[in-house]
Amino acid sequence: MDQNLLLTYLLLTPIIGSVLVLFFKQEQKQLIRWFGLAISLIAFVISLIIYFGFDQTNSQFQFIHQVTWIKSLNISYHVGVDGISLLLVLLTTFLTPLTLLSTWKAIEKNVKMFTFSMLFLEVGMLGVFISLDIFLFYIFWEAMLIPMYFIIGIWGGERKIYAAVKFFIFTMFGSLLMLVAIIWLAVYASSLLGHFTTNLIELYKVGPTIPHEIQSWMFGAFFLSFAIKVPLFPLHTWLPDAHVEAPTAGSVILAGVLLKMGTYGLIRFCLPLFPQSAVNFAPVISVLAVIGIIYGALVSMVQTDMKKLVAYSSVSHLGFVVLGIFAMTVESVQGAVIQMVNHGLSTGALFLLVGVLYERTHHREISFYGGIAKLVPLYSTVLMIAMLSSIGLPGLNGFIGEFLILIGSFKSAVLNSWWFTIFAASGVIFAAVYMLWMYQRVVFGEVKNEELKHELTDMNLREMIVIVPIFIFIIWIGVYPSTFLKLTEASTQSILQQVGSYTINLFK
Amino acid sequence: MINLIYLTTLLPLLGFLINGLFGRKIKNEKVIGLIGSATIGISFLIVLGAFIQTLGLPIEERSNTVNLFPWLNVGGLQIKFAYLVDQLSLTMSLIVTGVGFLIHVYSIGYMRGDKGFWRFFAYLNLFIFAMMNLVLGDNFVVLFLGWEGVGLCSYLLIGFWYDRKFEKGTTSQAAKKAFVVNRIGDFGFLLGMFLIFMTFDSLNFKEVFARAASFPVAESTFGLIALFLFIGATGKSAQIPLFVWLPDAMAGPTPVSALIHAATMVTAGVYMVSRASIIFASAPVIMTVVAVVGLLTALMAASIGLVQNDIKKVLAYSTVSQLGYMFLAAGVGAFSASIFHVMTHAFFKALLFLGAGSVIHGMYDEQNIQKYGGLKKYMPKTFLTFFIATLAISGVPGLSGFFSKDEILWSAYANGGFVFWLIGAITAMLTAFYMFRLVSLTFYGKERFDHHNVHPHESPALMTVPLIILAVLSVVGGYIGLPKVFFGEHGNLFEGWLEPIYAPAMNKLSLYGEHTHLEEILLMTVSVAAALSAIFFALHVYRKNPQIAENISNKFKGFYNLLLNKYFVDEAYEAAVVQPIQKGSEKFLWKIFDVKFIDGIVNGVASLVENSSGVIRKIQTGIAQSYALIMMAGIALVLLWLILSL
Repeated sequence: MDQNLLLTYLLLTPIIGSVLVLFFKQEQKQLIRWFGLAISLIAFVISLIIYFGFDQTNSQFQFIHQVTWIKSLNISYHVGVDGISLLLVLLTTFLTPLTLLSTWKAIEKNVKMFTFSMLFLEVGMLGVFISLDIFLFYIFWEAMLIPMYFIIGIWGGERKIYAAVKFFIFTMFGSLLMLVAIIWLAVYASSLLGHFTTNLIELYKVGPTIPHEIQSWMFGAFFLSFAIKVPLFPLHTWLPDAHVEAPTAGSVILAGVLLKMGTYGLIRFCLPLFPQSAVNFAPVISVLAVIGIIYGALVSMVQTDMKKLVAYSSVSHLGFVVLGIFAMTVESVQGAVIQMVNHGLSTGALFLLVGVLYERTHHREISFYGGIAKLVPLYSTVLMIAMLSSIGLPGLNGFIGEFLILIGSFKSAVLNSWWFTIFAASGVIFAAVYMLWMYQRVVFGEVKNEELKHELTDMNLREMIVIVPIFIFIIWIGVYPSTFLKLTEASTQSILQQVGSYTINLFK
Repeated sequence: MINLIYLTTLLPLLGFLINGLFGRKIKNEKVIGLIGSATIGISFLIVLGAFIQTLGLPIEERSNTVNLFPWLNVGGLQIKFAYLVDQLSLTMSLIVTGVGFLIHVYSIGYMRGDKGFWRFFAYLNLFIFAMMNLVLGDNFVVLFLGWEGVGLCSYLLIGFWYDRKFEKGTTSQAAKKAFVVNRIGDFGFLLGMFLIFMTFDSLNFKEVFARAASFPVAESTFGLIALFLFIGATGKSAQIPLFVWLPDAMAGPTPVSALIHAATMVTAGVYMVSRASIIFASAPVIMTVVAVVGLLTALMAASIGLVQNDIKKVLAYSTVSQLGYMFLAAGVGAFSASIFHVMTHAFFKALLFLGAGSVIHGMYDEQNIQKYGGLKKYMPKTFLTFFIATLAISGVPGLSGFFSKDEILWSAYANGGFVFWLIGAITAMLTAFYMFRLVSLTFYGKERFDHHNVHPHESPALMTVPLIILAVLSVVGGYIGLPKVFFGEHGNLFEGWLEPIYAPAMNKLSLYGEHTHLEEILLMTVSVAAALSAIFFALHVYRKNPQIAENISNKFKGFYNLLLNKYFVDEAYEAAVVQPIQKGSEKFLWKIFDVKFIDGIVNGVASLVENSSGVIRKIQTGIAQSYALIMMAGIALVLLWLILSL
């Protein structure tokens, strides 16, 4: 069936696009921008075609395309999607064009290289979500570091080198451990199956048979790598620096998609490959997740830099996702998946909006602002909606994710205690505190700074074109989440089935 | 009409969208006001139609569900977006859309010329949308959608004049405070929902309540659920310990105070407790907690109300106090009385706030009652209607407040005991006193305002007509709930109408012991006499002899200051909760734990690697001989180790 090539086309689009970008002249900035946008839109259209061809009732991987790559080691180019990965693919292809469009004014330096990096990054992100070969996955996982490193390092702020290196070292550290675990796993598989394999679907049968003690180490290696990426408390300190120094586009992609690779890894690898260890460690990990929820919110509250505030709020939001995953109920995992998307949308929007201010005034300190509601009413309204989405107001997307995660973790058999939920739910209060307080200081009151009156202009058409599609989904998910929940339901159940079949029954 | 009930949320939503998106362009205040008010007016007619239709149905068919669409279907969680049209939701809907409509009309006059006119009506419509979801939702999650939605609107409207100062801070601080304190309550509400879902495997009202009546569930579980839900109620309905946001909510425009912070939103907690009556009835300990919290709140707020000088502040504390009354009723099992008081209170308190708005409007935004005086002749309509509302809230026989208050007091005595009644009656007395103090200082006595700059005037008809309608309701609204002691079982139509809603709870509670009619009449007489004497005392002092008040406050300086400063609750919260969290987060979590500790480790490892690689680098001399030498040394060492270990 030639339809199975669709994922490969999807992957090829930004690859070809990024190569072609290199043939443009450095001065053709506008042309390069349009070209980058067009390429990313084509990728989005292809992902939509995949979505409409996807059978939601089927929990198996679909659109599989497999070509042998390194024959002796049985490594192949092997891609496919289930509901969860498809949703994240859609998030990626949806956010990339918007992000590109958002940079049209902000990025003037070396537009060619920037567009190249962004498209390269898209390849890495898509690859991570669609790889069904663990070796291929690792290549994409690592490859994606390179463009991100450059995006922070070249187009970043004052301390960009420090931030870029910190980002790189943190992530590399985790990745190396994962590589060791991957090799060990493949070798172990060969002893069991009689042939070396990195095929994820085959490994799903191998992983759970690993002796308990060793499995814990395997799980630990994978988990650490993903936890750094999430980032899970206390491994989060690279995030605020990376966000603050990254250009707006970098922050949006970082928050919108890159962090999701960590949580995606937890669902795709940690749970089904090492179910026994996942269940064993779930309470410990959930404790960290809950600490992260509260800690992120508290530290967010006292930030003086808007971007840092949003960055720390990510630590809090991602804590919810990790809690949802390790509570291992249908509700909580479904909630976690939808919360990944939610966080991508709402935090992405918040970073975009902080960027809008920064572009005009080159200030991000909260104290610089005040009373801008009078000057930029449209912007203030838009920021309000993004904020409400972020703090989980019912009717908008954030509520759906948080509610499902909390209600799922409350009845979780794996966690088997209400305290996780009780503490996690307190994050709902703190979220209101840090967001509303920031909003109050930035938007309300008298116009504090004379400078603002000259520099601040309201949202322009291009910026609205970037933000409105995000808002459509913020409302869509809040009002009619079934569209998205249905997509991931079968896959979620099959993963929990896999975990449950080796441990305890996860379906009540 | 029942099937059209979804229009009562859809229309306000449409009004919000039209005014919110295009209001700035429409500009014309008449058009904006008309859109805003008409959507609510039509909604009211639809509710009225549904009400009449339901009245025509046999009692067992009066509860109808209107399904809209599936909302959250995950695993065992099946949440529909659906409305429950029954006696309780219809009663609440009539209040919300009815009083809401009047306040919308009033606002056209009150907000005239405000540059945020369109925004105001957009928010007001959004509020009705959320509030209707709250009362109509057929499950806890839709209720919660409305619950948080009204909180948002409250936030937006308290901070409506976002560039203004309010007391020591700004309006936006007051708005934030309201939202955050409400969120603390919502936290409790959420946990309540989770526990309900875990216990009854559903969040749908009908299913949950049916199972609550039949499932073998431990009393402690019921207790915990009820406690969590009640925490939610204390937030939304401003009860101890979460009442602190409501007085500050007065930073919003006065129609907002009337609609949201008196008549509708703040009664959401009462509604919720009443809706979940079977759960509360199954947890007797928490019932007592509800009653005691309500009682203490009522007394505390009334005592603060005695000495406040801001006209809206007095009314705000009065609202807190009256809400306490409603919880007292619910706590002693008189759920129908609590909703009855919700209704009468909606009439007279909305009227009081709108009247206060009319006074403020006519006095050039002055809110200090010490700077009023003798306004009766300048604002005859406002005075008359305000006076009627004051009589009603003071429990003067014949007006609506008397009937609901009397029912509550009697239930407090019959199901709670003498002390409950006594504190309730004292509160009623205080209420009568501070209200007549307010009326005297505002409308009677010497004119204490600056005649050169202030020319008091009556408000336009757009504002006074709603006042008159509410005044009529404040008088006659009580006659659907006549005391049984005089009029028998059928006198109280209101209770009869709501009876099926509370039947399961009443079965569980098995209340109403042996009490004689004589007792009831005696208590009623005592409380009425107390209220009347308080009225006369207040009139005596504040109309003619203000020095008496001064003498008393001088004599009890300490206590007076305690009341004036609202028992220093705000300050205590600030010192005990807000500051420690803020300082701790900044000084310790961020600057020490994050920056020094974690990053310290990371940077330490990095510099360790860097330094040690500096040392190791020296080995890499690039001279082959030295490499060979080191290699040989290495081999020798390994050999030595092998030999030794043999």
